Amino acid sequence: MPLITRDDRMIWRRRATGRDLAVWAGWLVGTAIFVWSWQVISENTIWFFVSDSPRVAADIGSRMVPPAWDYLPALWKPLWDTINIATLGTLLALVMAVPVAFMAARNTTPSVLFLRPLALLIIVSSRSINSLIWALLLVAIAGPGVFAGIIAIALRSIGFVAKLLYEAIEEIDPLQVEAVRATGASEGQIISYAIVPQVMPAFAGISVFRWDINIRESTVLGLVGAGGIGLELQASLNVLAWPRVTVILLAIFATVLISEWVSARIRHAVI
Amino acid sequence: MNQTGAIGHAPGVAGRAPMLELRQLFKQYPTGDRALDGVDLEVPAGQVMALIGPSGAGKSTLIRCINRLVEPTSGEVFLKGESITRLGQRALRRMRRRIGMIFQEYALVERLTVMENVLSGRLGYVGFWRSWWRRFPAEDVEKAYHLLERVGLAEYYDKRADELSGGQRQRVGIARALVQDPEMLLVDEPTASLDPKTSRQVMRLLCELCEERGLATIINIHDVMLAQMFVERIVGLRAGRIVYDGPPSELDPEVLTTIYGEEDWTTTASAEARRRDPGGPGTDEERLEGMV
Repeated sequence: MPLITRDDRMIWRRRATGRDLAVWAGWLVGTAIFVWSWQVISENTIWFFVSDSPRVAADIGSRMVPPAWDYLPALWKPLWDTINIATLGTLLALVMAVPVAFMAARNTTPSVLFLRPLALLIIVSSRSINSLIWALLLVAIAGPGVFAGIIAIALRSIGFVAKLLYEAIEEIDPLQVEAVRATGASEGQIISYAIVPQVMPAFAGISVFRWDINIRESTVLGLVGAGGIGLELQASLNVLAWPRVTVILLAIFATVLISEWVSARIRHAVI
Repeated sequence: MNQTGAIGHAPGVAGRAPMLELRQLFKQYPTGDRALDGVDLEVPAGQVMALIGPSGAGKSTLIRCINRLVEPTSGEVFLKGESITRLGQRALRRMRRRIGMIFQEYALVERLTVMENVLSGRLGYVGFWRSWWRRFPAEDVEKAYHLLERVGLAEYYDKRADELSGGQRQRVGIARALVQDPEMLLVDEPTASLDPKTSRQVMRLLCELCEERGLATIINIHDVMLAQMFVERIVGLRAGRIVYDGPPSELDPEVLTTIYGEEDWTTTASAEARRRDPGGPGTDEERLEGMV
C-alpha cells in the first residue's frame, strides 16, 4: 500500500516497503554475480596476450596499408555473386515464408491444432540456426558455391520473414475482415481483399529489411565455401595478404552502405 | 432476384410473410456472457426498424447472429422462410450475398480505393481469380458506379478510402452493401462516429434507399431521437431480451426506463426548456442529444 497517511498528510511512494527491499536485494545479487563472473573470466585469461594485443594490432594495421587497389578489379565478380546470393535467397525465402506466415497467424490459420504448430516449428527451426551453419551444412550436401549460399540465406530468412509477417497479420483490423466476410466472400477472397491490403506495407518493409541483412550475411558465407566475396576474404587471410584484406573490407563496407541506403529509400516510399 | 434456395416451409404467419424471422435466438459466449436470451422477432419487407438498448444489451450480437458473423448458440433465423442457421459454409456465403451490412466504424478496407471497396460487395458473385485480378463483370462495375453516383461520390471512385471524411466513408459503406443487391440490410451504429448533421444526412439517405428498394432493415442505434425521427418501428433490447416493440410515438419516459434503466428522461425530452434555462439539470451529453 504505497499510499499512506502520516500526521494527516498523504504520502505516496512508488513501491511498498517490502517491494522496495526486494528491488534492493535484486541489485545486490546482480552485483555479486557480476563480480564473480569477472573473477572467473580473469582467471581463464592469459593476460600476456592481452597486454600484447595493442602491439599486434598496430603491426597488422601497418601491414594493411596501403591497400592493394590493383586487386579491386578481381573483386567485382565475387561482389556481384554476393549481391545475387542475398537477393535470390531473399526472394526464395519470401515465396516460402508467405504461406508459413498465413498458417502461423492465429486469425488466418486453417487449423489451430495441426498446421499452426507446424508453421511455428518451421519458423523456430529456421531462426535458431545461423545462416553460416546452414551454409556449412549445405556446402557438405550440395558442394561449395553460390547455390549453397542462396539456399542457406533462404532457409535462415524464412523464419525471420514469416515471424514478422504473421505478427503483422495478427494485428490487422478485424472489422475490415468482418465487413468483407459479410458480403459473402470466400476465404481466399477475404485474404485478398481484407488482409493483403492491410499487411502490404509491413510485408514490403520486412522484405527490404531482410534483404539488407542478407547482403551483410552473404559477405561472410564464403568463409565456409558458399560463394561470394567471403571466399576471397578467406583466401587473402590464409596467405596473410593484409593489403588485399583491406580492399575486401572496404568493398564490403561500401556494398553494405549502398544496400542500407537502397532499403531505407524503399521503406520510406512504401510507408 | 438472387434466389439460391427453394422458398420452402415458410414458418407460421399467414398473409404478409416476414422477410426476416428470428425464433428463440440464444447466444452465450464462451466467457459465460449471455448476450441473447430468447429473442423472437419478425421484420416484414420494406420496413425500417431501429434496435435500441444500452451498451452490452446484445444489439451487435443480434444482427451478427443473423448473417452468422457470430454463431448463435440456439434458435433459428429465417430469410423469406429459408433457414439461415442450418446452412453449410458454402450455402451460408450465398445467403450472405442477400444480406447487406453497414458498420459503425465504416469498416472500409482503408488501403483500397473507393471503387475496390464498393466492388468488394460483389465478391460473393465472382470467382477468386477474377476478383484477385480485379476483373469484375462490366455490369458490376456499372452498378457500383451508379450507386456511387446515387450516394454523391461518383468523382471519388479512384480515391483511397483513407482519404475520405467520416460521412463520405459511410456513404461508401452504404454503396458496398447495396451493390450486393440485398433483400435486407443490417446496420450497426451507422452514426456513432459522425457529427449530428452528417448523422442525419446518412440516416436520411439510408431510409430513402431502403424505401426505394423495399429492403427490410434493422438499424442498431444509440441515438433515440435520431431513431424516432426516421424509422417506423422501434424495438428495445435489454440484457438480451426484447422489452419494447412498437411505434416511435409511444416511446415515453416509462418505456425508456424499461429499456435503459432509471433516469430523469423528461429533461432530455424537452431540449427547448433547457435552452431557455442553461443552468438547469442534465449533463453535457444529454444537452448534445437534445440538440440533435
